[in-house]
Amino acid sequence: MPTLTIDGIEVEVEPGTTVLQAAEQAGIEIPRFCYHERLSIAGNCRMCLVEVSPGPPKPAASCALPAGDGMEVKTNTEKVKKFREGVMEFLLINHPLDCPVCDQGGECDLQDQSVAYGEGASRYKEKRRIVEEKYMGPLIRTIMTRCIHCTRCVRFADEVAGVPSLGAIGRGENMQITTYKEQAFASELSGNVVDLCPVGALTSKPYTFKARPWELKNTETIDVHDALGSNIRIDSRGRAVMRALPRIHEEVNEEWISDKTRHAVDGLAKNRLDRPYVKKDGKLQQATWAKAFEVIAKKLKGLDGKQIAGIVGDLCDAESMYAMNTLLKSLGGSVECRQDGSKIGAKHRSGYLFNSGVTGIDEADACLLIGSNPRLESPVLNARLRQRWLTRQCKVANVGPEVDITYKIEQLGDSATILQDILDGKNEFAEVLKSAEKPMLILGQGALNRDDSLVILKLAHDIAEKYGLVTDEWNGFNVLHTAASRVAALDMGLVTDAGIEGILSGAESGDIKVVYNLGADEFDTSRLKKAFVIYQGSHGDEGVRHADVVLPGVAYTEKPATYLNTEGRVQTAQRAIFGPGEAREDWTIFRALSEVLGQSLPFDNIAELRASMANDYPQFAIIDQKPNAEWADFGVAGKVSKDGFKLAITDFYGTNPIARSSETMDECRAAMNGTNQSEGATGTDG
Amino acid sequence: MSVNVKDADKFEFNRKNLEWTKTQLAKYPENRKESCVMPFLHRAQEQNNGWVSVPVMEYIADLLEMPYIRVHEVATFYSMYNLKPVGKKVIEVCTTTPCWLRGSDDVVKACKDELGIGFGETTSDGEFTLLEVECAGACVNAPVIAYAEEYYEDLDEDSTRAFIKTLKAGKTPNPGPQNGRFKSCPLGGPTTLKDMAPADAEFGREK
Amino acid sequence: MLSDKDRIFTNLYGFESPFLDAAKKRGDWDGTKDIMARGQDSIIDEMKESGLRGRGGAGFPTGLKWSFMPKESDGRPSYLVVNADEGEPGTCKDREIMRHDPHKLIEGCLIAGFAMRAIAAYIYIRGEFVHEAKVLEQAIEEAYAQGLLGKNACGSGYEFDVYVHRGAGAYICGEETALIESLEGKKGQPRLKPPFPANVGVFGCPTTVNNVESIAVVPTILRRGGAWFAGLGRENNTGTKLFCISGHVNKPCNVEEEMGIPLKELIEKHAGGVRGGWDNLLAIIPGGSSVHLIPKSVCDEVLMDFDSLRAEGTGLGTAAVIVMDKSTDIVRAITRLSAFYKHESCGQCTPCREGTGWMWRVMERLTTGEAEIEEIDTLLEVTKQIEGHTICALGDAAAWPIQGLMRHFRPEVERRILEYKKTHAA
Repeated sequence: MPTLTIDGIEVEVEPGTTVLQAAEQAGIEIPRFCYHERLSIAGNCRMCLVEVSPGPPKPAASCALPAGDGMEVKTNTEKVKKFREGVMEFLLINHPLDCPVCDQGGECDLQDQSVAYGEGASRYKEKRRIVEEKYMGPLIRTIMTRCIHCTRCVRFADEVAGVPSLGAIGRGENMQITTYKEQAFASELSGNVVDLCPVGALTSKPYTFKARPWELKNTETIDVHDALGSNIRIDSRGRAVMRALPRIHEEVNEEWISDKTRHAVDGLAKNRLDRPYVKKDGKLQQATWAKAFEVIAKKLKGLDGKQIAGIVGDLCDAESMYAMNTLLKSLGGSVECRQDGSKIGAKHRSGYLFNSGVTGIDEADACLLIGSNPRLESPVLNARLRQRWLTRQCKVANVGPEVDITYKIEQLGDSATILQDILDGKNEFAEVLKSAEKPMLILGQGALNRDDSLVILKLAHDIAEKYGLVTDEWNGFNVLHTAASRVAALDMGLVTDAGIEGILSGAESGDIKVVYNLGADEFDTSRLKKAFVIYQGSHGDEGVRHADVVLPGVAYTEKPATYLNTEGRVQTAQRAIFGPGEAREDWTIFRALSEVLGQSLPFDNIAELRASMANDYPQFAIIDQKPNAEWADFGVAGKVSKDGFKLAITDFYGTNPIARSSETMDECRAAMNGTNQSEGATGTDG
Repeated sequence: MSVNVKDADKFEFNRKNLEWTKTQLAKYPENRKESCVMPFLHRAQEQNNGWVSVPVMEYIADLLEMPYIRVHEVATFYSMYNLKPVGKKVIEVCTTTPCWLRGSDDVVKACKDELGIGFGETTSDGEFTLLEVECAGACVNAPVIAYAEEYYEDLDEDSTRAFIKTLKAGKTPNPGPQNGRFKSCPLGGPTTLKDMAPADAEFGREK
Repeated sequence: MLSDKDRIFTNLYGFESPFLDAAKKRGDWDGTKDIMARGQDSIIDEMKESGLRGRGGAGFPTGLKWSFMPKESDGRPSYLVVNADEGEPGTCKDREIMRHDPHKLIEGCLIAGFAMRAIAAYIYIRGEFVHEAKVLEQAIEEAYAQGLLGKNACGSGYEFDVYVHRGAGAYICGEETALIESLEGKKGQPRLKPPFPANVGVFGCPTTVNNVESIAVVPTILRRGGAWFAGLGRENNTGTKLFCISGHVNKPCNVEEEMGIPLKELIEKHAGGVRGGWDNLLAIIPGGSSVHLIPKSVCDEVLMDFDSLRAEGTGLGTAAVIVMDKSTDIVRAITRLSAFYKHESCGQCTPCREGTGWMWRVMERLTTGEAEIEEIDTLLEVTKQIEGHTICALGDAAAWPIQGLMRHFRPEVERRILEYKKTHAA
């Protein structure tokens, strides 16, 4: 391992480490604009110049220079200060002095560095360059005169998003960053370029002039728009969420988030349920909490437990579901979490988790997608799989409809029978799985919502066993969920024998009299017309259409809560703001209702609830670790239909009530439909 | 800088050019066909009346399986691709220092006078486009005009006017030095390789 | 003076046909197979012995450069790339080789490519050289037809291909890694080094990039011996060289001369002397636009080779001699070069992208005198902020002409400023 000296500090580094990285290890920060640890090295900004010996007398760009044994690097000399001042001066000569009206102000690398290396006055007397703004879609506002041409955004589009539509056209001082023909940057990850832009050239369009960073409260929490559990920071002012930003979690989302995670937040302020409603004369009318509870109590009285059913939605937190389940169980009722009609069982954890973990993707050398479009179901996870694919060490094949997931995958066909062929060794990909050291499969929800899903599950199980997807050290059997609530719900066993269809047909036949709907809006609620429906949730969406009582709960930004992501990783969310009006944290609603029903829940605060929950389900107490679920036998042997798969998500921008309430998501949908995503070449070249 | 996006004319290579693309693809390793982007753009520009339109770029991108933006980048980076329509005859005048020292100002003046247009402009009849270019790489024969794949060298104001008049008359002037000298050999005759010179060679005379 | 018998480029002026029959009569393709039979190491040793230094401007020893190429393949093929993107203002020598003596280059490609175990050569010719590219391509076709290239080239048993790749108007592609990028179908933006092309060059394979002239002299050197070449010129500055003499001389021309010929002799013998006589000389840029200009006092004595010019704070560069007599507006002459570099900056890295435009704009004002005296020092500081701080040498090349101007002609620049102030005082 090379050992070098940086400003007199000796540091030993892994081979392949750059001088800039080595300096970081030694605790020395070297300023940079173009360098980003998750992107390829461009070396173009020249801010990171250092003195290096031995070598030519010229300064070297530390971001691009491999650390060599015996190197002596100086970053703190008068000369190096001069280099940096020189680069800063060049960057600033054509950079507008509009910091007071720039949304990047206060969190701008250029601003920060100019404090350190900027001269008080400019020596540049010539005319400054003006660059026209470029349209990049509804999420990215461009002020291209501020651009310092670091090309981070271009590299992100090519390397991470896999949608190579950004580029630098022209040359010299006329070089301009743009999307092709100024079309929208058609990636579900597009908003990340705003974070990457070290200056105010690319800023968040929806957030334009909304707030200054220093007046925001930052709350570190967890996202619920998909089942990845991206770590995010909610920035709020007063009772309003101003924006969502990614937090770094190497094992989950690295530092990316999807556009829905980032930009559906305007939906948090729209269509909110902010007081209870009770149906009177065929119409929902405002009511007090006491009145609403009274109506519910009256309705439940004397009912047999079998006549009471609960349904939980996709965004629910573990605490709410736990409280709901405890209450309904006490009444003899049961709760169902698979509103999408999924057949997946709750018996064996390994049968419904993303067992390899997200980081398992980094090691996988073969991947079989079954009924999944990861690009829409978890864009950040898909980007990770793409990164792996780019190394050319992981072959990816797809059983399901042909989709553009931003890299070239082998399309095996759209029929479940192919799985049987693979198992029987009749499909060539069987050989790929067999010869791989760490093969994996990803079972999407599109494979689990069919009549023959249990057979598919069994086939996937058997493929996993037969081709070494499951060994002592490795479990490549992966289920990719789309609902943030699902894994916690399955862990709590919130499944019913007949599933959602049983509840719906029960409601139609009159066997089920009361349906308690906790935030489930993704099924046809008209089938509940005959039953008495209690809807508890944050938004006025599908769920309230046939509700008899509406109880205002809060959104994910408004409560401390626990979520288990698709890996089964337990993560804790924090409250950023309080819910609107009379809305209450969901578990407290069940607690209060239980009192009215004479079935008091045995916890008075969230700590007690969590203790109780951990007592029932010990895994909920193990925070932020990928579990290792024991391999088991699951699925049902049988014959699969040759039908194609129906993917779980086709409208990425409208998968839940918050997203559907978001005008920004509407704009995204419109913009992306305007530019056909599959048209032209996509990033298929490594 | 931005390309005229309203230009919706379809473009595809004619049969002869399509055949030619095979000879180009054969030059590069199989998985490296993006290497053909520059030759293809050259050839497409030729076929497309001297300029590279959006359909041209997209056609070539599709042909080479490149993202559109990559072709757009290439087309805007290199100065020989014209991104807007040009006249039938494109006259390129070099004005870099070696040409300037030898009187390119006079050549420019003659061009502008005779054509009635400035750099970057096209005559109203669509016949001529006048472009200023950087060093043409024929400095010992300065000043130089590049026209129709040939260089016209050792120009002065008069010979430039004569050159344009010939073009206007629908004729093609003889390329090379316009002052009677033999290529890059010294005016009046070589100082070296005299034995190699053909007996009938003309070397011009100093004025 | 070099005698004709020691001249390599005997068809420099195109007195004869550039094509195969005539070329063979001039000695090309004579015993190529035997040369190759000496083996790779022997060829490289001979090249080292000749002392040939790269003719593209940097002057790196050619044989040594070849020796950096892998002797054993790790599975990747190796390539020779010939830099024919001649665009350095003042320079027009490679053009003559390609249009008048292309077989020297093609034979050189085969021998050099063989010596470095390459499977093919790509000749990257600037896009404007359409005529030259056509001649070259026709010559290559002839060579293939006669079995000089291709499978079993020259009967050597070695398979070798030569391809022509046309550029499209970008000076920066003369920088070897920008050229490689361009050859791969990208914008010509220089790469970060390391890795160097000998490790990762074109198509990710080991690559050597050589100038046209460097390759074209190879067959003659190997036929006549490294010692012959080394016997011409001075130590460390050996051989013959194509000189391009442009600007204010009576008879601008290209000529092949011995390295180390006195500048004055070069101009007087071959270019008919400075316009208006030697005493009418103001300054000369001796090696293409990227090197410092030298005033007459230096021109009087200086020898035309790498080390002599380097000692005078300038360089041999491409040996393109740009002569300026006393009528020259020297500030404007340099300003025009600043405009050139601004136009040709690829835009990739900060100092060059921003600095070349800045320098040019100040230079424009300095030509008219519309500036403050202090701005000269600011400008010089700006040149220093660019020099050595960029990915490639274009930044340096843009900085040096201005440094050269101020070093030798600062009083003239100051005079203009004062005069402008005087005339605009009212």
